[in-house]
Amino acid sequence: MIGLQHYMVVSAILFVMGVLGIFINRKNVIIILMAIELILLSVNINLVAFSAFLGDLVGQVFSMFVLTVAAGEAAIGLAILVIYFRGRGTIAVDDVNRMKG
Amino acid sequence: MIHVLAFYLFAAIVVCSGALTILSRNPVHSVLWLILAFFNAAGLMVLLGAEFIAMLLVIVYVGAVAVLFLFVVMMLDIDFAELRAGFVDYLPFGLLIALVLLAEIVLGIGLWSAGPIELAQRAAPVNPELSNIQAIGALLYTRYIFLFEAAGIVLLVAMIGAIVLTHRARSGVRGQNIARQNRRRPEDAVRNVNQPVGQGVEL
Repeated sequence: MIGLQHYMVVSAILFVMGVLGIFINRKNVIIILMAIELILLSVNINLVAFSAFLGDLVGQVFSMFVLTVAAGEAAIGLAILVIYFRGRGTIAVDDVNRMKG
Repeated sequence: MIHVLAFYLFAAIVVCSGALTILSRNPVHSVLWLILAFFNAAGLMVLLGAEFIAMLLVIVYVGAVAVLFLFVVMMLDIDFAELRAGFVDYLPFGLLIALVLLAEIVLGIGLWSAGPIELAQRAAPVNPELSNIQAIGALLYTRYIFLFEAAGIVLLVAMIGAIVLTHRARSGVRGQNIARQNRRRPEDAVRNVNQPVGQGVEL
């Protein structure tokens, strides 16, 4: 029978994969943003699994708010990416620290 | 039995497509793998009985966020081969961090013993007579109404922020100025001339 632990393992693997994605794609902001989406997805799976197994609906309500924040974060991140690209013609994030002022 | 089978199917596809999202060479493929991961996570949530969140995942993530990613990836003309340059250098360090993190999480889950859970203390117990969507709606529009409004404000701020960041006033574009259009009178714009024969028109 599938229990809470199974869902927690899936979400842990997904979370770790998101962190790994941030580390190995350090130059490509688009993939970094996608890795952050993966991390938020794993958090959502965890919240919904606990909510279902404890019979408490609050977890699902909170997972909705996590989803809202994820959508807003993706929109703002991609907007920043577009203006950054417009300014320098590349999205390599190594030299972002030279962008003072 | 079918429940177990469906869980392992969805979980395996979620994990594999998550791995391919961060490993694939072409960012367009990454976005497509991300969409597959979202669909299968929605399947997992349907298995858990959270239909509303599952549909929300499909609509918000696949319908909005993933399409936004695809749009940006295809709109910007980026040399992706150059961006992958450090991939192999970062791989051992990233794998080390990931393994340490995974070990910590597994240890945490293994040692997790919160004691008996007081089910009487639940904040919003599931009512078996209501469907999932009805129950969430009843909770969201009463007890969590302020959080709901705050989520709306977050989305509004994100929308305004994205527009302000990416909007640029272009010069040399002749936009419509309605006030000027309405201010214009026939006397200023039209001139009747009795043109003598045999002479050119002077404008």
